[in-house]
Amino acid sequence: MRIDDIKTWLDERLSISTLAKLASKKEVPVHRHSIWYYFGGMTLFLFTVQVVTGILLLLYYRPSSETAFESVQFIITEVKFGWLIRSIHSWSANLMIATLFIHMFSVFFLRAYYPPREMTWLSGAFLLFIVVCFGFSGYLLPWNKLAFFATKVGTEIAGVIPIIGRPALRFLRGGDDVTGATLTRFFGFHVAVLPATATVFIGIHVLMVQLHGMSVPPKLVGQPLKKMKFVPNFLLRDLIGWILAIGVLAALAALFPWELGEKADAFAPAPAGIKPEWYFLFMFQTLKYLPAKIWKLDGEVVGIMAFNIVALMLFFVPFVDRDPANLRRRFIFNVIGVLALLFMVVMTIIGYVTK
Amino acid sequence: MNIPLSPERLRLYSARYCSRFCTAICGVIAACLLLYSPAAAQKKSSCIECHAKLEDARLSAPAKAFDNDIHRGRGLSCNDCHGGDPNADTKEAAKDPRKGYLGKPKTQDIPAYCGKCHSDANLMKRFNPSLRVDQEREYYSSVHGQKLRSGETRAATCISCHSVHGIRAVSDPLSTVYPPNVAETCSKCHANADYMRGFPIPNDQFAKYKTSVHAKALYEKQDLSAPTCNDCHGNHGATPPGIASVANVCGTCHGRQAELFQTSPHKAAFDSKNLGECITCHSNHAIAKPSDQLIGTQQGALCINCHTNGDKGFVAAGLMRSRINELMASIDKSTEILNRAERAGMEVSRPKFEMKEATDALTHARVLIHSSSIAEVEKVVAPGIAASSRGYQAGLGALSERAFRRKGLAVSLVFILFLAMLVYLKVRQIESRQSESANSA
Amino acid sequence: MGNTARDNYPDSPTRRGFLDYLLGTSAVATLGAIVYPIFRFMSPPQVIESAESTVVAAKLSEIPINTGKIFKFGNKPGILVRTATGEFKACSAVCTHLECIVQYRPDTKQIWCACHNGQYNLDGKNIGGPPPRPLEGYKVNQRGDDIVVSKT
Repeated sequence: MRIDDIKTWLDERLSISTLAKLASKKEVPVHRHSIWYYFGGMTLFLFTVQVVTGILLLLYYRPSSETAFESVQFIITEVKFGWLIRSIHSWSANLMIATLFIHMFSVFFLRAYYPPREMTWLSGAFLLFIVVCFGFSGYLLPWNKLAFFATKVGTEIAGVIPIIGRPALRFLRGGDDVTGATLTRFFGFHVAVLPATATVFIGIHVLMVQLHGMSVPPKLVGQPLKKMKFVPNFLLRDLIGWILAIGVLAALAALFPWELGEKADAFAPAPAGIKPEWYFLFMFQTLKYLPAKIWKLDGEVVGIMAFNIVALMLFFVPFVDRDPANLRRRFIFNVIGVLALLFMVVMTIIGYVTK
Repeated sequence: MNIPLSPERLRLYSARYCSRFCTAICGVIAACLLLYSPAAAQKKSSCIECHAKLEDARLSAPAKAFDNDIHRGRGLSCNDCHGGDPNADTKEAAKDPRKGYLGKPKTQDIPAYCGKCHSDANLMKRFNPSLRVDQEREYYSSVHGQKLRSGETRAATCISCHSVHGIRAVSDPLSTVYPPNVAETCSKCHANADYMRGFPIPNDQFAKYKTSVHAKALYEKQDLSAPTCNDCHGNHGATPPGIASVANVCGTCHGRQAELFQTSPHKAAFDSKNLGECITCHSNHAIAKPSDQLIGTQQGALCINCHTNGDKGFVAAGLMRSRINELMASIDKSTEILNRAERAGMEVSRPKFEMKEATDALTHARVLIHSSSIAEVEKVVAPGIAASSRGYQAGLGALSERAFRRKGLAVSLVFILFLAMLVYLKVRQIESRQSESANSA
Repeated sequence: MGNTARDNYPDSPTRRGFLDYLLGTSAVATLGAIVYPIFRFMSPPQVIESAESTVVAAKLSEIPINTGKIFKFGNKPGILVRTATGEFKACSAVCTHLECIVQYRPDTKQIWCACHNGQYNLDGKNIGGPPPRPLEGYKVNQRGDDIVVSKT
């Protein structure tokens, strides 16, 4: 039995050679903005890291309010390399959200959502929402003081939305307060509902990219561009990035191990100066600056609704700015994008610097 | 009871029988009223009705204060103590000596006045069977009682502490004898230098007590089990404990220390030298939280007040202090390294918990010095130091695990970077091959 | 165009072959370095249970009749008592007065706090001295040689 025999056997049943031929035809344009092409794959790689480390953690984690904290403590003290798997999981979550934002903004500014790529953008928008939910639900699982209060505040904010807020809060919390029921529910979201949904949308997203190929920035359309083969050139370059990412994760896990803190206590007062994770910080900080009342409405409600509306607008982007020839609209969208990015960065910095 | 029937006593007895008769009748009336009208639980008392309306505050105050009195709550009234007729409507009729009216008692008569009920076991049974009935007898054993007997009217009597007409139960937080209020009540006389002129005792007890750990426990931590004046001096039989009895008094709560002291050579030594047990080192009122400075042979230690260089006590004191210092130093070192490991991100909650053994040993050692025996102290210090060393080793282990992880990281990073570089070289190689074949094509 | 080593020696080990060899071995080594911790992670550690709502307080053999033993329960101390009649009782060992660690007194057959003479009965109820509240009681079960204490 030689390799070729096996290859032929598989090919007769799975059409591997057809797929291989298709793959070998794929090309990636090379230009000065090509660097941004790698961020999508990087996000996917970090997601894979999450899946692997997450499944490993599942072997020891216990999702009940009496045992969750102790099980994580057990993982990082008794289980061999438990400290490594857990810290990688926590750090990789943050890195993934960072690369996801970079990917989203680079796609936005390079107009990779122009026709025919609208659905790729839509599935990406859904994925943004899914990943943020992953972060929010996963954060509670160690059941420590910080996570407990972050969840309390976060679900409180959801509850403020008019009409659907209260039912939404009860749905998220599994009741009126953050309790063990919340933990069980978040665990279910984090390891079953969200992974299934993510798989579907990642599948759609990647399939679309394969179907349509890599987009070219509007300014460079029409120009003759160097091309590199997807297999093996682009993939190997991707691989370099992924290998370096593993190194970064290992370094972060060893040098800055993720804290466990103290077990959550429903009756203790909130720790002073509590802040959410960095990817929520800009919204948190903005809400702090809003006045108590705006026109007749509660300032906080206005802020939250504004963020929700902006999030909704994200879905309409490829339908509003869809003509590469419409330079004026392109310019306006660029300005909006830059302002949004600046706003997020500045508010995040302020959130960290102030108490 | 073989007490000769003096006119005074006759009056007291007749007042007592009179008041009992009145009380019985009133009790029946009150019971009927209670059954049919909860609001009218109180029987008629012309004393209160009249006195409350008087303009002289001195005369109306008792009537007004009586509203909160515990005796009123039990269905008693003015006549039950003062005699007289509460149903009469004129002053003469109400205060008729033939109706048993006694008037305001003289200071020396107050203990007996209250005692006519409170020392009668059969009577008190009807109101509160668990109340003691020997307060009057105890009182006469106290310094206050003895001074009163010898004619000193400044001495405290029942009403000095319990107040009069508005007497509340001891458990009532507004009572003058509610535990947190006791010290203030005593200091009304004892802290008043003018009032206490002529008595050979100081006036700073309350001031000193307020600085003590007992006061802190009672007032700040609301620990009602913390001692105040009456817990050490007694309440009705109030007397400072004798020099040789101090350890027994402190030992009511600090049993272990007292036990150790009383079997130590210090007991005989202190008693023979007329030194107050416990209080010689810890003071009586200004009892501060004891520090290790008190023991040893260095400047500021108490041991060298009696012991001199070379005697057995001196040696023992020095050894005890130095061993306790060693234990403390060991605990500090271990706690420091465990905290360092924790800050560095290592999980050390179990070793930190096990350090409790060492800190417990330290507490235990500090108690055992009361035995004056270095052997006893050594029995706990040695295992304490061992426990502390185990904590230290755990801390070292955590830090070395962290160092191992960093080394592991360095090694893996080298491999990872190496691999990344190789892949890059491979890409370059592939691309140069591709461009070559493209060029030659 | 000059002759490369490949042209002159088409089948001999070349830089390219060397690179492939290095790549192959270091890829395998790195993969091993990733897979090794994963496998070690998956194999159960020595201490197999994490839950601190139950704990093996002692072995039957190491706690004689009419003695008590302090054990770690979560991050607080507990006391396990084997009574004179052979029964097992367990409760929190933190005195409710000023948090000293209590002990079992075989002479009085009570739980005692040495700091201020606090007394508790074997169910943890405060029966003498300053302690204002009872000690939290725990459930005790025997599993072979292990005495297992769990929160009620």
